[in-house]
Amino acid sequence: MHALRGVDLDIAEGEFFALLGPNGAGKTTLISLLAGLARPSAGSAAVMGHDVVRDYRLARRSLGVVPQELVYDAFFTVREMLRFQSGYYGLHRNDAWIDELLENLSLADKADAYTRTLSGGMKRRLLVAQALVHKPPVIVLDEPTAGVDVELRQSLWAFIRRLNREGHTILLTTHYLEEAEELCERVAMLKEGRIVALDRTVNLLRREDEQRLELVLSSTLLPENLDARVVGHDGNRFVLALPDYAELEGILAELRRNGIRIERMQLRQADLEEVFIKLVGQGA
Amino acid sequence: MSGFGTLFRKEIIRFGKVAMQTVLAPVLTALLYLLIFSHVLAAHVEVYPGVGYTAFLMPGLIMMSILQNAFANSSSSLIQSKQSGSIVFILLPPLAHFEFFSAYLLAAIVRGIVVGAGVLVVGLFFADLNLARPLWVVAFALLASAAFGALGIMAGIWADKYDHLAGVQNFIIMPLTFLSGVFYSIHSLPAFWQGMSHYNPVFYMIDGFRYGFHGQSDVSPWLSLAAVTPVTLLLGGLALRLIQTGYKLRH
Repeated sequence: MHALRGVDLDIAEGEFFALLGPNGAGKTTLISLLAGLARPSAGSAAVMGHDVVRDYRLARRSLGVVPQELVYDAFFTVREMLRFQSGYYGLHRNDAWIDELLENLSLADKADAYTRTLSGGMKRRLLVAQALVHKPPVIVLDEPTAGVDVELRQSLWAFIRRLNREGHTILLTTHYLEEAEELCERVAMLKEGRIVALDRTVNLLRREDEQRLELVLSSTLLPENLDARVVGHDGNRFVLALPDYAELEGILAELRRNGIRIERMQLRQADLEEVFIKLVGQGA
Repeated sequence: MSGFGTLFRKEIIRFGKVAMQTVLAPVLTALLYLLIFSHVLAAHVEVYPGVGYTAFLMPGLIMMSILQNAFANSSSSLIQSKQSGSIVFILLPPLAHFEFFSAYLLAAIVRGIVVGAGVLVVGLFFADLNLARPLWVVAFALLASAAFGALGIMAGIWADKYDHLAGVQNFIIMPLTFLSGVFYSIHSLPAFWQGMSHYNPVFYMIDGFRYGFHGQSDVSPWLSLAAVTPVTLLLGGLALRLIQTGYKLRH
């Protein structure tokens, strides 16, 4: 069993990079290799030029990882956790930065709360804070916004963007493709341990440069001769490919002929989700 | 060694926060043994001339508490962090293998000795205890707690669930300690079991420790030292090796 096969990936300093793929594609395995939580059976990986096996201490010092699992140590408070985490990196007077982290992650009023009393979203943000205590040049976020509500998600991303502007390299995995589309300059898509696409986000989107026709219909069935165009379908909501605006007229006529009423209609560009589904296959 | 200090401190605070369970409970357990056994046997048994049974029993109970608690500290801390997943917080930072090892080991030694000292202090209300050779007391307390702390590290890394740890505790640690002369001199055993006891490293830990208090023991303290030291080094080396290889900690 190999979770990853022939992955050759270079992320430049200062990049905001997304790693996408369905469950089991190997995203977390790749991150575990970088973080030293797993060891490669073949091949190598390096963080800021430090080999993760040979120079493990320098590699780990350069890396801050927000793990996917919502883990916490029930024995300690938020501030205790952050002080311990600082100490593991040799930072013994780190309270100014810890306070700044708590402030930016909306945890300031929870500094003295025991971690077990935090909500899921707060635990997630504490994990982010723990990953950042040593101001690592490379920050890895494995599904960081799962379970975090929309408003806090925005402030979290604002903070991560600021870190990116200040020169931190960000590597992100997410299920929310719109986040990757909005935030990341480059994207790699993984499928069954292989990279199926690796390009600048704008290029990936341009690859799918045809228009999308989004329809909400009075019927959950389309006329048969429109089936070939369907790229997305959910109940009575359909997304059709539209390579040429001129074809719009024919589609509308076909619907009318079958007595199907249009409740809502929208024309738009393909988004990353559609590129993603096309490249990694349905069921992603 | 900057990370070592923090990890060591964290481990001390961890058991300090649940001192009721990690310090007071084992002291009470030892006290109950002391009360019951000394009540039943004090009138009948004099193991060494001039040493009452309660005074004879105390070093054995203290050492038993040291061993069990040193083991419990490293093993339960590790399995708890493994089960909750919070072990990543110490796997991600750049802690050297030796820092990881020595922080857990030293915290186990401290817990063992704190509980042992607690048993000693409480026991002094029930029996007068000499400190004939205090250096031997210190040497055996350190060597024995280090050996069982290292054993606890190995068990904590190996175990996938609490049941595995309970197995080690009940099927290895308990028989080794109970059959080592905590409650009796091995000279009172039939020849076969007397011979068997000489293969039990815990026998030497207790016998050497007892010598430090009473100046009398079943075998020479030098022999005990020669038996215990390599055991401690071996267990420590194995535990460090497990951490270096990443066994069950890094895939």
